[in-house]
Amino acid sequence: MTDFPRDAILVVVEAQASGELEKAAPGLFGAAAAVGTPVALVLAAPGAGSAAEAAVLGAAHVLIAETPDPSALGVPSVDALAAAVEQVQPDAILISHSLNGRDLAGRYAARSRAAISADAIGVSRDDEGVVAHHSVYGGAYNVTSTSTFGAPVITVRQGSVDARATAQPQASETLAVTPSGKPAARIDSFEEAVAATSRPELRGAAKVVAGGRGLGSEEQFALVGQLADTLGAAVGASRAAVDAGYIPQSHQVGQTGVSVSSQLYIALGISGAIQHRAGMQTAKTIVAINKDSDAPIFEIADYGVVGDLFKVVPQLISALEARKK
Amino acid sequence: MKIIVLVKEVPDTYGDRKLNLETGLADREASETVIDEIGERALELALTYADANEGTEVAVLSLAPEGATATIRKGLAMGAGSATHISDEALRGADLGLTAETLAAAIRRVEFDLVITGNVSTDGSGGMIPAMLAELLDVPLATGLSSVQISDGAVSGSRPVESGVQQVSATLPAVISITEALPGPRFPNFKGIMAAKKKPVEVLTLADLGVTADNPDAARSIMLTVAEKPPHAAGVKIIDEGDAGEKLADFLIENRLA
Repeated sequence: MTDFPRDAILVVVEAQASGELEKAAPGLFGAAAAVGTPVALVLAAPGAGSAAEAAVLGAAHVLIAETPDPSALGVPSVDALAAAVEQVQPDAILISHSLNGRDLAGRYAARSRAAISADAIGVSRDDEGVVAHHSVYGGAYNVTSTSTFGAPVITVRQGSVDARATAQPQASETLAVTPSGKPAARIDSFEEAVAATSRPELRGAAKVVAGGRGLGSEEQFALVGQLADTLGAAVGASRAAVDAGYIPQSHQVGQTGVSVSSQLYIALGISGAIQHRAGMQTAKTIVAINKDSDAPIFEIADYGVVGDLFKVVPQLISALEARKK
Repeated sequence: MKIIVLVKEVPDTYGDRKLNLETGLADREASETVIDEIGERALELALTYADANEGTEVAVLSLAPEGATATIRKGLAMGAGSATHISDEALRGADLGLTAETLAAAIRRVEFDLVITGNVSTDGSGGMIPAMLAELLDVPLATGLSSVQISDGAVSGSRPVESGVQQVSATLPAVISITEALPGPRFPNFKGIMAAKKKPVEVLTLADLGVTADNPDAARSIMLTVAEKPPHAAGVKIIDEGDAGEKLADFLIENRLA
């Protein structure tokens, strides 16, 4: 039986159908390494478990759990996590705040009566243990939380941790898991998303160009994509633009959509309702272009342009392209 | 078929939301409270099924402070047949664990077929209550559904995840959560609002449910610190005189953002 480090932080990562770990993995190991020794639990389909990537990302030790029943939704992961915690006795458990991660954290915490710190943007350690940091109400408040006792189950917001851990030599073993037999929903089929665009994903993007109702139509919304491609940015939208049918809901930035904390956020034709600001006001640099000089977006813009976006943006694109040469 | 829909009263995201800097709890005086929109969509899904399937019972369940009945009334006015309001001073500042335990205890009292919730609330944004309920109630869980089909003994739907879309199904009883992709709620009409006044609202305390807030066996999440972040201040604002695109390009390049 392996001796695990006394300051182990259990990092739970899913292997995708492609065999690669989920995109949140580097940030999870980066966060874990700052407060202890990262130990990985890799959840994988049968035959798809590999320790190599987790070790490169900073796991000092890797436990591999290949699900006995790939069509059972969620429950095998909870069983694996329970077995891993039993062995590793970690100081904290870090899981991505993704849909699957939230399910896993919630089910595991309910089963083991552990405390949850949800949607953290970072972790630290004090004399008594691991503390989770949160940004709540759309970034208006900073809050820290922890568990009254026992290892807290912390879900980490995707794209919120920039730190990366140093690679470790590969040390791994297969985790023995006793199935709980809890009822599970079935995954009847799976359609892999085909990357239709080379644009970065909105969640976790370093730069975002977002459009609002000011774009006027679905056809004219293409201008947002053109500027995004010039900058290598992701495309976002206000709820008004989504409701008007200019762009699918998955691009919505705001309280009821995606929250972004990008280096650069360019808001085109977005008035800046509180609902929208709640999803982007933690961006480092905010640029706004709007024809209404009273638009609330200007209150938080580092650089505001009062003008017609259909004139300013094409000029901006050609100016940027000219400088690239 | 008995469907239980979870609804939550939240501060309106179209107004300023405040935390009390001493207690770390939501400042309910500071903002308007509304029924969380995702909960309304969950209720709409249940009501649409009930409209087409006679004999379907739809009940709303809410854990909220005393007097926070607007949410429940709206649910009843939309068409839910009954409501349960869990209210107890000991639930003030309850963490996810205590909240889930309490809701599960209330759901366990009735023979349910389906529990429908929103995927994530606009205030707490934890999105874990459905998973915790499924575990505590010992039933299958299907979260984040962007489309849902309910049949006599089963529920199925599409579940978008990081790498693609799953088609999932579960036998009833089950817990599901839905996304914003589902249809928005109906408006309560005058008849619905009048009828809601006669519908039963059961009010429960922790003692009624046999739940103790300070169970020593359960670890709780506690807030250590809370601080207000300074707002993002306004910077330069220029009016386009025909060269704003050029100027903005300069700004982005100077700041290494292009």
